[in-house]
Amino acid sequence: MDNLSSFWHWWIIVLTLGCIGLTWLLLKLNQVKTQSSDDQTTGHEYDGIQEYDNPLPSWWYWMFILTIVFSLAYLALYPGLGNFKGYLNWTSVGQWEDEQKHAAAEYAPIFERYGAMSFDELKADPEALKTGQRLFANNCSLCHGSAAAGTVGFPNLTDNDWLYGDTPEAIETSILKGRKGAMMAWGAIIGEQGVKESAAYVSSLSGGNADAALVAKGKEIFATNCFACHGADGKGNQMIGAPDLTNGVWLYGGTLAKIEESIRNGRNGEMPAHEELLGKNKVHVLAAYVSSLSEPKQ
Amino acid sequence: MSNGIDHPIYNYKIVRQFSIMTIVWGIVGMLVGVILAAQLVWPELNLGLPWTHFGRLRPLHTNAVIFAFGGCALFATSFYIVQRTCKTTLFAPKLASFVFWGWQLVILSAAVSLPLGFTTSKEYAELEWPIDILLAVVWVSYAIVFIGTIAKRTTSHIYVANWFFCGFIVTVAVLHVVNSAAIPVSLMKSYSFYPGAIDAMVQWWYGHNAVGFFLTAGFLGMMYYFVPKQAERPIYSYRLSVVHFWALVAIYIWAGPHHLHYTALPDWAQGLGMVMSLILLAPSWGGMINGIMTLSGAWEKLRTDPIIKFLIVSLSFYGMSTFEGPMMAIKTVNALSHYTDWTIGHVHSGALGWVAMVSMGSMYHMIPVLFGKKQGEMYSISLINVHFWLATIGTVLYIASMWVSGIMQGLMWRAVNQDGTLTYSFVEALEASYPAYFVRFLGGTIFFVGMLIMAYNVWMTIKTAPQSSAAAQSDAA
Repeated sequence: MDNLSSFWHWWIIVLTLGCIGLTWLLLKLNQVKTQSSDDQTTGHEYDGIQEYDNPLPSWWYWMFILTIVFSLAYLALYPGLGNFKGYLNWTSVGQWEDEQKHAAAEYAPIFERYGAMSFDELKADPEALKTGQRLFANNCSLCHGSAAAGTVGFPNLTDNDWLYGDTPEAIETSILKGRKGAMMAWGAIIGEQGVKESAAYVSSLSGGNADAALVAKGKEIFATNCFACHGADGKGNQMIGAPDLTNGVWLYGGTLAKIEESIRNGRNGEMPAHEELLGKNKVHVLAAYVSSLSEPKQ
Repeated sequence: MSNGIDHPIYNYKIVRQFSIMTIVWGIVGMLVGVILAAQLVWPELNLGLPWTHFGRLRPLHTNAVIFAFGGCALFATSFYIVQRTCKTTLFAPKLASFVFWGWQLVILSAAVSLPLGFTTSKEYAELEWPIDILLAVVWVSYAIVFIGTIAKRTTSHIYVANWFFCGFIVTVAVLHVVNSAAIPVSLMKSYSFYPGAIDAMVQWWYGHNAVGFFLTAGFLGMMYYFVPKQAERPIYSYRLSVVHFWALVAIYIWAGPHHLHYTALPDWAQGLGMVMSLILLAPSWGGMINGIMTLSGAWEKLRTDPIIKFLIVSLSFYGMSTFEGPMMAIKTVNALSHYTDWTIGHVHSGALGWVAMVSMGSMYHMIPVLFGKKQGEMYSISLINVHFWLATIGTVLYIASMWVSGIMQGLMWRAVNQDGTLTYSFVEALEASYPAYFVRFLGGTIFFVGMLIMAYNVWMTIKTAPQSSAAAQSDAA
């Protein structure tokens, strides 16, 4: 943490202790023991309001002193007075690091055991799947949904359509390293007419009704441009995460307008890497859990 | 000035204007609050429109209840009190009139610009820079009128209520100007003058002292006049009022960092914010003791006088929330309470229980006087009693439901399984809060109904009032 210059260091100390000291002085000067009798007022009157001059209630006085004493003790033990670190040497970063260390020591063995198990073993272990489910709920559900059914731009993990492969190993790689699904923008290259034609063809691949003339033109565009990633038959390529365009599963919507939009402007999806955040062992359990979601129920 | 009574004819016009608007803005602000509470139970009520969305109505609610309702109540009572306790008329009455119309313009600008989505995104300081400048001009005018009136007083000393009003006026001016410093980029868009963590610190220095000086010192000024006046008893201790006034203004200003525990704010600032919040307990309670003990010798009025009930119960809520505040400022407690509904409950025990109820009691005392009747002589005393119980029950339901919901959220968020994973996802904690949100809506609605009854009672009081306000003043003297 950056240190304050000595001016600000002393500025803080003088102001703090000065303010607390003056408050204490204010209390001391007004600590009178004599109880004024009930009819004694200050002699002033404002719109009919008079004032007694009762002494400070002693329980209140001592409560006030107690909070001041506590505060001075706290400022001696913990950070508060400028650069003075306090005799306990406590820092919020230090507290966080201690908690991290404690958690690592306590929970690491559980996840080391999971990390050493095969995917099949994990999937057969109800406890492991529960752990995976909790990890999913707190780390993945924000994008993929708590039921893992996804939404526009975020893949459904419960169907059998996989962009990067359906093996637990492929899923594990996706979680560990993240994925960047980039579809380039074709609008400027093939023109608006080309966008319409290729979209018609793509739509027809999964049985969409489209104008036959457009489909025929679109097929030509597809064969010279799109095939490189999506394959000549449009079935995609899991090596590079190019989606299968024939199975009726659409990440960004399957209407003609949405397909046109995807071709015209391109798409950029990103799954963030979780290796540093969660560590390999947790990701291993998570991959087993995600893989179990799309398996046929027994 | 020869009116046959021993004081000049006070300027009540401005007090009447602000009093009526207190009731009007109270209804508006609380209605928006009830709508928001309903949206949290039934989210479809945001109607799918940007202008009625929670995120835009929420600042409208806070601005309307704090600055429109609370502000008008403070203007009304401070102008009333300063004249009567200084035995003089308002300094610069035309400027006072400008304060009224200027303040209403600020409120209307807020009511339009906030739903349209114009916001600085600084909590309780959302208004964009042109409105901020207008607000600053109005506030300085207020300071001139108020302090000018004190300067031309005919009494030898300055009554304690006026110290609190002065502290509130001067500090709010400084807070507003410093926190609102921004670089405009267009007519309705600006960027804060401060970077990062400094911006956060300035914001909560402002935010906490908006509570400390606007919602505490200002309303303590109100309390110091209306409690002894309504109880017809002397103030309990002049000495206590001196000590707790100076301690309160000296300590409150330090407490802001407790809003930023466990953030990027340096540890030393968090530590100072915490200890100063703890020291603040006694100065805060000084006001409660002085108010409640003023009633000693007249305790039976708690049974018979619903206005006294409003005032004394408001002091009890004040004492409760100023105990809760320092506790929540302790880091370990804050680690549980921060970001949960507990904070919302804490704010409302102050806002409904203290600020609103002390204002209502004061208005019930003052409005009959403004319209030529005796103090507290409202159209219906039993309706005041009904309002009192609705307000109290509404407040208790609100606070209790938020305590339950807040502590539950804090515990659910930190609950950990044996394998170290979090036990609950965020949505599970939200689902569990649902019943509390319904009870909160119920409490808010009950409180709001009380406000409607008050409006009816005020309306009928005015309708049955004698016409001449000069005659009114000699009667009321």
